[in-house]
Amino acid sequence: MNNFSRIGVVLGLVLLVTACADKRNRNYEFMPNMYYSVGYETYQQVDFLPDGMEALEPVANTVARGWIPYGIENTLEGKELAMTNPSPLDPSNREENLKMGKELYTIYCSICHGNNGDGQGKLVKKEKFLGVPSYASRDITVGSTYHVIYYGLNSMGSHAGQLDTKERWQVAEYVMTLKEDLTK
Amino acid sequence: MKKVPYRNLISKVLGVSLIGLMLISNSLVAQDAAEVTTGQGDPAKGRQLFNQDCAACHSLTRKMTGPPLAGVGEKYERDWLYKWIRNSSALINSGDPDAIKIYNEYNQAMMTPFPMYSDQDIDDILAYTDAPPAEPKAAAGGAAAPAASGGAGSGISNELVLGALIAILGLLIIMLLLVNTTLRRIAEASGVSLEKEKEEKGMPIWKAFAKNQFLVLVFTIFMLLTGAYFAYGWMMQVGVDKGYAPIQPIHYSHKIHAGDNEIECKYCHSSARVSKNAGIPSLNLCMNCHENINEYTGRPEGPSQEDLAMGYTNEFYTGEIKKLYKAVGWDEDERRYTGETQPVEWVRVHNLPDFAYFNHSQHVSVAGIECQTCHGPVEEMEIMEQYAPLTMGWCIDCHRQTDVKVEGNAYYEKIHAELSEKYGVEKLTAAQMGGLECAKCHY
Repeated sequence: MNNFSRIGVVLGLVLLVTACADKRNRNYEFMPNMYYSVGYETYQQVDFLPDGMEALEPVANTVARGWIPYGIENTLEGKELAMTNPSPLDPSNREENLKMGKELYTIYCSICHGNNGDGQGKLVKKEKFLGVPSYASRDITVGSTYHVIYYGLNSMGSHAGQLDTKERWQVAEYVMTLKEDLTK
Repeated sequence: MKKVPYRNLISKVLGVSLIGLMLISNSLVAQDAAEVTTGQGDPAKGRQLFNQDCAACHSLTRKMTGPPLAGVGEKYERDWLYKWIRNSSALINSGDPDAIKIYNEYNQAMMTPFPMYSDQDIDDILAYTDAPPAEPKAAAGGAAAPAASGGAGSGISNELVLGALIAILGLLIIMLLLVNTTLRRIAEASGVSLEKEKEEKGMPIWKAFAKNQFLVLVFTIFMLLTGAYFAYGWMMQVGVDKGYAPIQPIHYSHKIHAGDNEIECKYCHSSARVSKNAGIPSLNLCMNCHENINEYTGRPEGPSQEDLAMGYTNEFYTGEIKKLYKAVGWDEDERRYTGETQPVEWVRVHNLPDFAYFNHSQHVSVAGIECQTCHGPVEEMEIMEQYAPLTMGWCIDCHRQTDVKVEGNAYYEKIHAELSEKYGVEKLTAAQMGGLECAKCHY
């Protein structure tokens, strides 16, 4: 065996070892029992739950802590009823609420409705989503806006899972200021 | 059964000739078509109005919230359509049988009334729905065809060049071997011995080395140090998953959603604002958009060469959307949920060990750190991967360098003023606020 083949064998071994470090698998861990929690963690797979899923909806007829039921149904009559629903937020905090509303609007709404509510969001301009109306051309109130965020309307899905009650009212109030600006 | 060769021959020939015709005189044909079918509406204006007001609930060809509208102008009388579009609920309440039938067929969803439309506006829209102008399609086809052929051409030429290079390399090696053997033969023939010269040396080199004790000592120390260096390096990467990019059950592309379409990270990962966990969006959130977007049409210029090489065609992505429908139990044709769901087993990418506490909301909402600071350019990742090492050293480095964001946070303003006086600095880093204390993260 000459020197060349010896070097070849060593190189081959090195390649073999490094080839195991592929990015589709996790690396070795020092002490796995310190890495994984004994208690259940969010999104963990759990044997005894349906489908093994730990992320579940609240049990029927119960309310999650901090969740306030809305009380108006997702029907045409419900939407009419919601039109007259006033915002429960403290008017003396209006400036702060609108600031938060704007921040949230930019994350959750402007992608379709546009930054100023004219229905020309980025997805609309790319023709991924069509027919998003301008707030100026629709008869909306703060109550009906909240209702639509909660239940969705036609092609718009519900955003109740992403925003909590207060945040939804903040966004609704901000949407009304956008409408005012558009119809000025 | 008989085999039918060229089953769609007639329609194909017709289609091809139609496209040809459009390419030759496409504006002419479009104009003619519009005039022939309606005689009064302007389909271009109609398209604009349709996209602006109708497309939220109607498609031309498939069921959405409302019925597909292609050819609707021929299906109903014009006067009935005027009434329906301006105020459908009045028509339904008046007991019109057609109106009630549609209302019930589409889950009693009330159509938004459009009283501001003039007869001309409605004619324009109907002109568009009855004969949608083929210009954009023809143009897209024309643009895509040369792009595709050009792309294929460059791919082939690349392969050709590579093949030629490999062939040349092979030839060179063969030539070298041939030259070597002939030279050896010449040497043998002329009586020169090549092999024996080596053997005549006295002591082998390793024996000489072993006899020199100083050299052996230096060599041993050197080997120990290098060994320690590599062993240290290897042990330091144990438990670090930087670059980990598992294959997910549904190929979700952050590049398309966050990059091309510029959807905010927090649109889907909304709990990052308020919770310890950034949150894996549940499938109903996907359906917020994908109830309507049921196929991937890609960028206007079509998929890039790299995407095609990886197999990321438009059909591939559309197939992944169908996987989502299957998982969430969405019947596309009936537009309703069947109730048969299959949970998607996403593979977790970022995982801090249990002994380290990390809270997203503290970093995202309070500190106002961009997601990309830790997660890297996610908007460019086709397959999500771990960008940061997530080691303690990495955490601490950032805490040492990052100034505390005090704006609009009364609590921080006060404590910031006190602490900066204590440390004699103008701006406090997270570390000086206690970001290095063990019990902040380990307890």
